[in-house]
Amino acid sequence: MFFPISGAHISPIYLVVVGFVIGILGGFFGVGGSFIAGPALRAVGLDWNFAIGTDLAHIVGKSVVAVRQHRAFGNVDLKLGLIMAFGTIGGAEVGAQLIQMLKRAGNVNLIVSIVSIVVYVSISTFMIWESHKTLRSKKGGAVAPPTAAASKKHDPSSFGHVTRSIQRWNLPPMIRLPASGVTISLWVILLVAFVGGLFSGFLGGGAGYIRMPSMVYVLGIPTHLAVGTDLFEIIISASYGTFTHAIKGNVDILIALVMHTGAAIGAQIGAISTQYFAGPKIRLAFVPLPLIGAAIVIYTLMTGHKL
Amino acid sequence: MKKETANTLRAFLIELVIYAALVVCYFFLVLHFLGGWLYQLETRHRYTYGCVAILLMIGQAVVLQNVTTFLLRSIRRRAE
Repeated sequence: MFFPISGAHISPIYLVVVGFVIGILGGFFGVGGSFIAGPALRAVGLDWNFAIGTDLAHIVGKSVVAVRQHRAFGNVDLKLGLIMAFGTIGGAEVGAQLIQMLKRAGNVNLIVSIVSIVVYVSISTFMIWESHKTLRSKKGGAVAPPTAAASKKHDPSSFGHVTRSIQRWNLPPMIRLPASGVTISLWVILLVAFVGGLFSGFLGGGAGYIRMPSMVYVLGIPTHLAVGTDLFEIIISASYGTFTHAIKGNVDILIALVMHTGAAIGAQIGAISTQYFAGPKIRLAFVPLPLIGAAIVIYTLMTGHKL
Repeated sequence: MKKETANTLRAFLIELVIYAALVVCYFFLVLHFLGGWLYQLETRHRYTYGCVAILLMIGQAVVLQNVTTFLLRSIRRRAE
């Protein structure tokens, strides 16, 4: 099928299948899936600029579907998502500026590659350790949920003692999040969002691989709510990214629309599946995702070919 | 395989087939009616194109989700 905006010939079945796989991952883990979508679009001959911009547009649609499904299960904290959107956009801008600085210095590829490998492997290692420990422990050192709504999402974590210490920092204004059953300083929320945005601007993609674990371990948000809220926040940040890429001529919306027909059903399956797994099991299943990202970067570094 | 699991799997497969047929029709409709217009918009009015792109994605997400939910409900009702 010919797509006139990017001038590419791509099989629509391929796009639907790629969308479907990314939809399942996104709905289940709360990630955008850029680490798969980018290389998958590149593999069929789409230029990198179009692959990045088009992927962002498709993420908007996929996240809308997943968020609506998660919201029906009570898994979205709208207040937290809106606050985080400010920090994310600020962080993304700083990340993009850092990239420009490194470009001028002439060593952007090597530094970004090394940072991303360290970050991806660290996240995976930490999550393996934490989820294994939590699953083996009966008590799990959980953060006690203060409301009835939150107790439904009671989510034990072996990192709970650190999360409780962070929640005790009394740095006003303190923000009450009834949907998540957490009261925490606004500055901590903004910092977590800013760091997620920074990685998004610095390494590309939606940075769900860092934001979702940060929401669980730093803010103490139950895993199911972290997945739903992260997706809600991704709608805002990916819309912003889609618009900025569209005005630079990097978005083929027809490709994104076709991909999204597969993602729409995949995202629903992924979102519904979260209801059958406990938080620590979702976190353990999340571990391979950053490792796939690290493997792609290592491959690129060693061969010089971008996937 | 338990009876319930088999029913769910069958309902899902039926839904997938109907959905695939709808999607094929949709491809041709979108590319036929919107392809040329979106291409012109992308070349001449980038800011409008950016807004239209986001609205189209959100609109399609809402419509497709409602379609799949409707299909799933009607198949389940018939299975019962």
